[in-house]
Amino acid sequence: MKCDILIAGVGGQGTILASKLIAQAAMEEGAFVRTSETIGMAQRGGCVVSHVRIGAQDESSVIPLRSADLLLGFEPAEAARSMARLKEGGTAVVNTARVVPVTASLSGKAYETEEIFDYLKNSAQVWMIDATGIAEQCGSAKAANVVMLGAGIGTGALQCSLEGMEKLLAQRLPEKLFSINQKALHAGYGCVRGEKGEAE
Amino acid sequence: MELLMGNEAIALGAVRAGVNLVCGYPGTPSTEVLETVAKYNPGDIHVEWAANEKAAMEVGGGASFTGARVLVTMKQMGLNVAADPLMCLSYLGVKGGMVVLVADDPGPISSQTEQDTRHFAKFANLPVLDPSTPEEAYQMVQEAFEISEQWELPVILRPTTRICHASASIEAEMRKEKHEYPGFAKDPRWVIFPSLSLKKHGELEQKQKEIGKAFSHSTFNDIEGNGSLGIVASGAAYAYAREAVKELDANVTLVKIGTPYPFPEEFALDFIRELDKILVVEELDAVIERSLTDLLGKHKIKLDIYGKETGNLPAAGEYTHEIVLRAIAEFLGGAAGEGASSPPPALPVRPPVLCAGCPHRASFYAVKTAMKGIPAVFTGDIGCYTLGNAKPLDMVDTCLCMGAGVTVAQGLYHMEPDKKYFAFIGDSTFFHTGIPGVVNAAYNQAKITVVVLDNSTTAMTGQQPHPGTGRTMMGTESPKIDIEAMLRASGAGWVKTVDPFDFNAAVGAAKEAADFDGVSAIIYRAPCIALRKAQTIYKINAGCIGCKKCIREIGCPAISVTDGAVRVEPSLCYGCGLCTYVCPAGAIVEVRE
Repeated sequence: MKCDILIAGVGGQGTILASKLIAQAAMEEGAFVRTSETIGMAQRGGCVVSHVRIGAQDESSVIPLRSADLLLGFEPAEAARSMARLKEGGTAVVNTARVVPVTASLSGKAYETEEIFDYLKNSAQVWMIDATGIAEQCGSAKAANVVMLGAGIGTGALQCSLEGMEKLLAQRLPEKLFSINQKALHAGYGCVRGEKGEAE
Repeated sequence: MELLMGNEAIALGAVRAGVNLVCGYPGTPSTEVLETVAKYNPGDIHVEWAANEKAAMEVGGGASFTGARVLVTMKQMGLNVAADPLMCLSYLGVKGGMVVLVADDPGPISSQTEQDTRHFAKFANLPVLDPSTPEEAYQMVQEAFEISEQWELPVILRPTTRICHASASIEAEMRKEKHEYPGFAKDPRWVIFPSLSLKKHGELEQKQKEIGKAFSHSTFNDIEGNGSLGIVASGAAYAYAREAVKELDANVTLVKIGTPYPFPEEFALDFIRELDKILVVEELDAVIERSLTDLLGKHKIKLDIYGKETGNLPAAGEYTHEIVLRAIAEFLGGAAGEGASSPPPALPVRPPVLCAGCPHRASFYAVKTAMKGIPAVFTGDIGCYTLGNAKPLDMVDTCLCMGAGVTVAQGLYHMEPDKKYFAFIGDSTFFHTGIPGVVNAAYNQAKITVVVLDNSTTAMTGQQPHPGTGRTMMGTESPKIDIEAMLRASGAGWVKTVDPFDFNAAVGAAKEAADFDGVSAIIYRAPCIALRKAQTIYKINAGCIGCKKCIREIGCPAISVTDGAVRVEPSLCYGCGLCTYVCPAGAIVEVRE
């Protein structure tokens, strides 16, 4: 099994935990995994990109341009920034909720998403979901990362089972948080598989 | 199998090898090595954050004299601070295995320079190992202890950011056994004198030749393939090269050099003789490239070497898969297929900023307010507070290296004594190299104000304890070193400790300090937000006149304009209240639940 997954977001969104969960799920299946992160100088609020390479024993830890099988964009602008790493015909799931950087307010430039959404929709097989909103409904906006994982599994591009991921969450999280995240995982999955989701 | 970060793998490798003492100073990307040893400490390893890298290297040296196994950790800039003991240790030698972990930072991603520690190893006449993956780093650190004991020299292990912070599936094994050490035996060999140095220098030169020979048989050097075109690579660049060769389906001889110094000449001569030309793929400086060129000259072999010096690969910056792929494709006489992804529209940028609630913001704003209209220069230092440079605060006029804010200000003062000088330095940096600067200012009568931004932690590298925190990496309590007393003892004639969020007092202190005739010092003390929970938060009420002064003056990431209205984002606000001092309408109020 070979699969390259890129997770792009903003510091504090739980991208690194998501990448660890994906890596762990693959390792439970016996795969060799490499991961790496690019993190800027800021402790919070900066761009964070996580690379997860499954079956990559003989490769580097960074996914080359136009190679990722799946892009999980936790924030629209960050998804657009990393789109160049998605391979032709690759799959993307993008959280439509913005994280407005302080500089946008300082410069007076608004952060408009219309053009960015158009770009994303034209770049890949993309699911646009309000992961933050869905997570809030499940009990905490902080579970948006797990909504994104559920959605990734739902697209079929993330080759791990919903049950497997649920088991990992149960191992890692205290009981109270687990029930929120369990809901979030299923909501993300359902969003792509069923009722609310739409493939663009 | 576990998913281990390179730094964790190095730490667990050292534990497995029976390390007895681990010391270092935090620095990205090296920090997690020491933290991981502390986390998995079986109880008999002494682990400490030293005041600085020089102290760490000397503590490590002393421990090694007893026969104990030692790991000293730092980033590449830290090795500059520790250069003095390292250079001398190579002459004096060690007894117990001493591994010096120095993490390099191609990019640079979080450093002032792109210096290459392999050069430093050569300068210090010491062996250096260069891992290409986290799993190789795990093996190398264990072998490094053996090499160190065999040659009685410190051995440098030099990973780069892409090794330190990358993770891989690794089977980490348990510690073999505790390394028993005989203890310190008095012997003239531990006292360096010119006559001993001369003798040792001769031995050192001989040892390097012998180590180079031994490295020719090292399993860390490797050859794959058998084409007449050779690619010689190292470190993270080796992984890029290997992937590119596979992608191009190229028939080449791919060589990995894991022991760049002393250069494994016999190993190199063997593969050189089979090749028509060579491309060297290595990050930072052209170290292997130069060694190969020297070797060809020495043996009068005619062969073309391509790399940085020929412009085939960039001289500066981090390599990527794409850079390496293009260079290899060109070297093979072709071109890399450039797929075209359409570029995204203009995207909002996210430069690093001080966190919402960060006490440094209040400190900078207080000094800025106090010095309004007065010619003043603000020298900065290394830490989160370097970000005070960003607009709208714009309060860092110089930044050089650890501790230099205090001393650069003195040079500026002596040339232009009519201005006011504020030297900002963090608490951990103050202990690291700030104190001699204060002594120097007092002794040489530079009228400057030292501003210690005391947030009670080493924040930028992820909240490590330091001598002022009263906690150690052994989990014990220690006496807190008193910064105020230290400043007074160092010659500061006026010292005051203020809470920067007590804004009017903070501004008053800055004015008083600037008027003092001599070295003055302010300690702005308030904890890093990573150490506390928000007690309250603020909101903007209907009294807002929309002047946006709060945004223009302090640049807090929690305050933004959304749909035309200024608002405080409740999930980001830390309740510091600095914005309430800025608002001319008094429209920013506490949210009372």
